[in-house]
Amino acid sequence: MWLDPKNPQLNHNGELHHLLSLDGLPASILWQILDTAKSFAGVTEREVKKVPLLRGKAVFNLFFEPSTRTRTTFEIAAKRLSADVINLAINISSQTKGETVLDTVANLAAMQADMFIVRHAASGAPYLIAKHVAPEIHVVNAGDGRHAHPTQGLLDMFTIRHYKHDFTQLRVAIVGDILHSRVARSQIQALSSLGCPEIRVIAPKTLLPSNVESLGVRVYHEMREGLKDVDVVMMLRLQNERMQGALLASAQEFFKYYGLTEDKLELAKPDAIVLHPGPMNRGVEIDSSVADGQQSVILPQVTFGIAIRMAVMSILAGN
Amino acid sequence: MPGKPLPDAEQLLQALVAKMRPEVGPETGLVGIHTGGVWLAERLHKALGLKTPCGALDVSFYRDDYERIGLHRDVKRSDIPFDVEGRPLVLVDDVLYTGRTIRAAMNELFDYGRPQSIRLAALIDRGGRELPIAAQWVGATVEVGAGEGIELKRDERERLSLALYKRSAPDVA
Amino acid sequence: MKIHIRGGRLIDPKNGIDRVQDVYIAAGKIVGIGEAPLGYTANRIIDATELVVCPGLVDLSARLREPGFEYMATLESEMEAAIAGGVTSLACPPDTDPPLDEPGLVEMLKFRAKTLNRARVYPIGALTQSLQGARLTEMAELRDSGCVAFSQADAPLTDHQVLFLAMQYASTFDIPVWLRPQDPALARNGVAHDGQVATRLGLPPIPVCAETAALSIILLLAHETGARVHLCRISSAEGLEMISRAKGQGLPITCDIAIHHVHLSEMDIGYFDPNCRVLPPFRSERDREALRRALAEGTVDAVCSDHTPVDEDAKQLPFSEAEPGTTGLELLLPLTLKWASESGVPLPIALSRITSDAARVLAIDAGHLSIGSPADVCIFDPAGYWKVTPAALKSQGKNTPFIGYEVCGKVSYTIIDGQVVYEAATASSRR
Repeated sequence: MWLDPKNPQLNHNGELHHLLSLDGLPASILWQILDTAKSFAGVTEREVKKVPLLRGKAVFNLFFEPSTRTRTTFEIAAKRLSADVINLAINISSQTKGETVLDTVANLAAMQADMFIVRHAASGAPYLIAKHVAPEIHVVNAGDGRHAHPTQGLLDMFTIRHYKHDFTQLRVAIVGDILHSRVARSQIQALSSLGCPEIRVIAPKTLLPSNVESLGVRVYHEMREGLKDVDVVMMLRLQNERMQGALLASAQEFFKYYGLTEDKLELAKPDAIVLHPGPMNRGVEIDSSVADGQQSVILPQVTFGIAIRMAVMSILAGN
Repeated sequence: MPGKPLPDAEQLLQALVAKMRPEVGPETGLVGIHTGGVWLAERLHKALGLKTPCGALDVSFYRDDYERIGLHRDVKRSDIPFDVEGRPLVLVDDVLYTGRTIRAAMNELFDYGRPQSIRLAALIDRGGRELPIAAQWVGATVEVGAGEGIELKRDERERLSLALYKRSAPDVA
Repeated sequence: MKIHIRGGRLIDPKNGIDRVQDVYIAAGKIVGIGEAPLGYTANRIIDATELVVCPGLVDLSARLREPGFEYMATLESEMEAAIAGGVTSLACPPDTDPPLDEPGLVEMLKFRAKTLNRARVYPIGALTQSLQGARLTEMAELRDSGCVAFSQADAPLTDHQVLFLAMQYASTFDIPVWLRPQDPALARNGVAHDGQVATRLGLPPIPVCAETAALSIILLLAHETGARVHLCRISSAEGLEMISRAKGQGLPITCDIAIHHVHLSEMDIGYFDPNCRVLPPFRSERDREALRRALAEGTVDAVCSDHTPVDEDAKQLPFSEAEPGTTGLELLLPLTLKWASESGVPLPIALSRITSDAARVLAIDAGHLSIGSPADVCIFDPAGYWKVTPAALKSQGKNTPFIGYEVCGKVSYTIIDGQVVYEAATASSRR
């Protein structure tokens, strides 16, 4: 299998062979996924939510890091495409016994896998797997370290498009722990590819990577300033373990200055929508009244997530 | 190119309307297959004065050539704006060829419910069936070479016409 | 054995020689330059026409992986790599398993190396017991068994008092202390330069201040204790600037950089290439330019391979989990030549950074071809192109980001103590 070393996600026809990151993907492929997902969204509204596309294909959910939610949405998506789904929670201890990621993958590939959905705590792990699997196997990154979570980024784009239609007029704010967030990286890359003219990140300096401007964003440390006149507010999850180190003083202080509350949301445009990748920490990054409020599209995000994953899997398996 | 020119699509459509009118009741649901079939279904719907709104199918998710050629670019959204359960349906397509598209469409329809019946209307039947499928109503039967395809076009005034094109790879119609 | 090296371009930076001149070897020593001593008859004549004849290379850091990591490499395999790379003297860091913190271990290593009759091995002893950063090693004893300096290798030394005392103690015996400046806390969990690539790829960062903060402490303590300090593997422009200033103020310090840092930057990580996982990390293009300049100007005393063979299993892992390091003994010469030709640095200056300057840092009598000195010679073809492939490397470690590179500079002969220990398969010689 010839894969472009500069962009190992694409095959020689420039088609998507693996989905590892949104970084470096041509906008046409992003649009193709979003358009296809729109059709799948229709399927998910039907009585029979299943199509026969991936009949006979084996999709392996390969989770080196536990995540019930993401694994479940991939599983539902694969099943709605009529694929056989095998869930594998890789015991981290078997890894420490000397079995490497590649050993595990080689074993599974021998079980006639067609697709690997990979979640790993280390940035770049799906690249390593993609580089070493047999050419007919497709790899989907379901979140790797701080690097990327492309299907989450795509479903967020699908959600924004659903409510706002056009990216070229949007002002979007991403709020919270950008530094450790694979979601934020994928969102930023997708928004820039799709032509969003103004992407803001709002966070204290300890939760921003250095050179974050090089990703093409405007930096705000003051949330009220950053939310002014935005069309979309994308909240990030603040992992509990971040509270233990010296990144932040306390959950209370974080909520006071960077938590999304109704009065802060009033600074955004009146029709602004609020996204969150879940699971939410109510009272830490988002107030319940906002999470459950009129402007929240957090539940539709989950539904759209299935359509996006169906689109990604069906495009990959067909290429 | 065959010696005989292709028939006029608008005339065929009128012929189809005439044949269908006595046999299609007002409760019938018309379902066009993307893209040409949807244009035809809209025209037939108007001409036949049906009450049930028109449906549209993109059968990409049901095609049997996915293994060979992958998912079609530009998949349209299927939209059946009525309850399929217990309803007489008419599938509408522009060109009937191998029958594989119709097979895919029927599979998809059954995922919406159990219709009372499904009948088929096609503007052109070019023969070459690979499945036991026949249309109730056909505008015309036309013979073309295996290397050619017939394509329905619609201009800006929504007038329909037929055109020949070279088939790059064998596909189903 | 008397060897007459005929017709080569002799470059001996220390003695200021760069001209076509014959070299005469007898009884393991250089006995004549330009003209043979009276009554000299060679047993062997090496035709060095169109080749460069220079002192055998001195590599300031090469991990031989013994004892403890024989699955990664062995003394045999790495000594073969050394001579194939023209390296005749090398210093090996103490991070073996167990670390080089006892005279017995050092003697064993020296003995093993000697029986192989290959490159000369100069062990760097562990600065603290088990490299744990708490208790000092028996530095005087270790020196007597062959250690030329003391170092923590890449192990952290968090306690500044221990560092202070270690430097005081070493300076008591006038033994140099080699330190790679990196603040362990500022570099915690980090795997890549804190720059745009780490930001884009979501790799935990190692900021430049991890280097400069450690450097400032080391420089202050060096000033305070009067210890002879050698700074290893400087990676940043800021770090170089501090060293340059300290040198200007007369502090007796030296420093080196690794040859791969001369050529690569964070950009080369691409999509998580584990071969680009090195310590210190590849930094920005700007840092790389500063390193190249400082190496030419002499702020950087020497360049080394920082040879670190790593086995496939430890390297073919997600970037942050991959074992850091790159194999390099065989690439030190060609990559130094590449830098020289790209930067317009004269060959004698370039070669001095891997011969006489490195020997000066080590304080050993090597890296020159003076009459009467040991005949450690490297003869190479400056126009000999070769492609870096796993098969072309003698080292057991095939881990290098330079795989696939076409490099120029092929060793034809390596002579140690007047013995031809390496001879390229294609080299011609007349007897």
